[in-house]
Amino acid sequence: MIAPITNSQVEEVMERAVDVKGRSLWDDARRRLFRNRAALVGIIVLGVIAVAAIFGPFFLAYPYDYIDYSVVSCAPDWWPDPGVLCNAGGTHWFGTDSVGRDLLVRTLYGARISLAVGLIATLVSLIIGVAYGATAGYVGGRIDELMMRFVDVLYSIPYIFLVIILMVIFNRNFFLLFVAIGAVEWLTMARIVRGQTLSIKQKEFVEAARAGGVGTAGIIARHIIPNVFGPVIVYVTLTVPASILAESFLSFLGLGIQEPLTSWGVLIKDGADQMETAPWMLIFPATFMAITLFCFNFIGDGLRDALDPKDR
Amino acid sequence: MFSYAIRRLLGAIPTLFVIVTITFFMMRIAPGGPFDSQRRLPPEIEHNIKAAYNLDKPVYQQYFIYLGKLVRGDMGPSYKNKDFTVNELIADGLPVSAEIGLASMVMALLIGAVLGIFAALWQNSILDYGVMSVAMMGITIPTFVLGPILTLIFGVYGLTLLGYDISLPVGGWNGGAWRNLVLPIFVLGVPQIAYVARIMRGSMVEVLHSNYVRTARAKGLSSFMIVIRHALRAAVLPLVSYLGPAIAGVLTGSLVVEQLFGIPGIGRYFVQGALNRDYTLVMGVLVYYATAIIILNLVADLLYAVLDPRVRYAK
Repeated sequence: MIAPITNSQVEEVMERAVDVKGRSLWDDARRRLFRNRAALVGIIVLGVIAVAAIFGPFFLAYPYDYIDYSVVSCAPDWWPDPGVLCNAGGTHWFGTDSVGRDLLVRTLYGARISLAVGLIATLVSLIIGVAYGATAGYVGGRIDELMMRFVDVLYSIPYIFLVIILMVIFNRNFFLLFVAIGAVEWLTMARIVRGQTLSIKQKEFVEAARAGGVGTAGIIARHIIPNVFGPVIVYVTLTVPASILAESFLSFLGLGIQEPLTSWGVLIKDGADQMETAPWMLIFPATFMAITLFCFNFIGDGLRDALDPKDR
Repeated sequence: MFSYAIRRLLGAIPTLFVIVTITFFMMRIAPGGPFDSQRRLPPEIEHNIKAAYNLDKPVYQQYFIYLGKLVRGDMGPSYKNKDFTVNELIADGLPVSAEIGLASMVMALLIGAVLGIFAALWQNSILDYGVMSVAMMGITIPTFVLGPILTLIFGVYGLTLLGYDISLPVGGWNGGAWRNLVLPIFVLGVPQIAYVARIMRGSMVEVLHSNYVRTARAKGLSSFMIVIRHALRAAVLPLVSYLGPAIAGVLTGSLVVEQLFGIPGIGRYFVQGALNRDYTLVMGVLVYYATAIIILNLVADLLYAVLDPRVRYAK
C-alpha cells in the first residue's frame, strides 16, 4: 500500500525545488571559460598587469617624467651583459631611457595609456557598431541595403589611413586618438550585429513584443541588443588588442601619444632606435605588450568556445 | 561570370568616388595648407602660388576641378615634391611597393596554408600546438618590433651558417637585388602567415570531420589523396575570402616596413604627404590602395565561384 503523501512532504519537495537554481547560458559559459586553462591564465595575467598599471606608479620612487641626466640609457643593475655603458643603480629595475627617465614607471604609464586606448576605442566601436548594425538588421529592406553598402565602401579604405588623416587633422589630440581608432573599428561589429539581428527578429518573442505595442526603438534596445551579446563580446575581446596595436602603430609613425606621456608604442619605437646599445629599452615594453595581446587573444578564443552552443 | 566581373568593376566606381570625396573634404577641413612655412611669403607671391594650384578658389570648385582631372587620369602636381606630378611619383614607387607586397602575400599564402594543413592533420599534437603558438606570436608581435630584431640578428651581428655568410643588408633598395628584398618581404608577410595558418587550420579541421571525407576514407583512398583532391578544395574557401583583408593588412604593414628598411615605395609618401598637407599625393596613394583592395576582393569573389560549385553569379 502506498502511503498517502502528506502536506508537509509536498512542502519539503517544493522547498527543495525552489533551492535548485537553473543554469543560465551565462553560468554555463562562465564555467566553460574557467575550465579553459589558457583563458583563465589570460584573465589572471591581464588582471595583474592592469592592477600594476593602475596602482604601480604610486609606489615607485620616480615620476614618469623625471629626467635624470646622470643615468642616461643605463642598464638595470642586474643586467647580465657586463659590457653596458653604465648601470642605473638604485631602484631603476628596468633601467633608464635615453634621457634618464625610469623605464619601469614609464612602462606602467604606457600600460595605462595603451589599455585605456584599447578599452575606450572598443567602447566607441561597440556603441556605434551595435546601434548601426541592430538598426540596419531590424529595419531591413532598402535602408538596410543602403547602410550596409556604406559599410562595404568604408571597408575598402584601409582604415589606418583614415586614422592617419584624422590624427593629422586634429593635431594628435589625445582623446580623439581613442575615438578615431574606435570610429574605424566598428565596421566588423556592425556586420556581426546585423547578421544576428536578422535571425533574431524572426523569433516569436520579438513578434510578441510587437504585438504588445512596443515601438521599433524599444524592441531594438530591449529585445534585440541583449540577445546579440554573445558574438559581440567575443569580438570585443579581439577588438581591444587590435586597438592597442593600432595605437602603437600610429605612435611608431609619430602620430600617436606625444611626449612626455607615453604608450607601449612610443616606448617600443624609442627602444627599437636604441636596440644595439640599450636592448632593455625595447625588451621590456615589447614583452609587456606582447603578453597583453596574448592574454586578450586567449580570452577571446576561450569566450568563443565557451559561448558556442554547439559545444554543449 | 564575365559579365559579373564587369558589373563588379563598374560597381567599384561609386565606391572609389565616395572614398575620393570623403578624403578630399577631410583633408581640407584640416587646419594649415601645403604652403604654410616658418618664413612667411610676401602676400602677392603666396597668392600667385595658390592661384597656380587653384587653391585660391572655393573648396567645392577645387573639388570639381580635381574630380575632372582624376577622371582623365591626371592626379595633379605634388605640392611638396616640386617639379614632380603625383603620377610620376607613384609610377616610381608603385612597382617597388607592388613587388614587395605581392611577394609577401604569395609567401604568406603558401607557408601559412602548408602550416595550417599540417596543424589540422595532426590536430592536438605537439606539431599543432607548436604551429599555433608561433602563429599567435606572429599576430601579437608587431611588425615594428620584429623588423628591428631581425635587422639586429641578420644585419648587425652578421651570421654565418656552415661557413656561408648569411647576413643580409638591412636597408635600401639596391635596384631590387634579392638580398635586399628578403627581410622586408619576410617581415611584411609574417602577420599574414599567422592569420592564414589559423584560418587554414580551422577550416581544414572542420572539413576533415565532414561526411564526404569519411566516405572517401571508407572508399579506401590514401590520406594524401583525400587531402589533396577532396578536403583542400573545400577548406581553402575561407582563405579565399581572406584575400581582401590580407591585402589591406599588407598595405598597412608596408607603411612601417618601407620606413624601417628605407624602401622607395609609395607607403612613405602617404605619411609624409599627410603631415605636409600634400593633398594630391595623399589622395593619389589612397586611390591606388583602395583600387588594390577592390580588385583583390573581386578576385576573391571570382575564385570563390570557381572553387565552390554552389556559388554561381548567373544573372
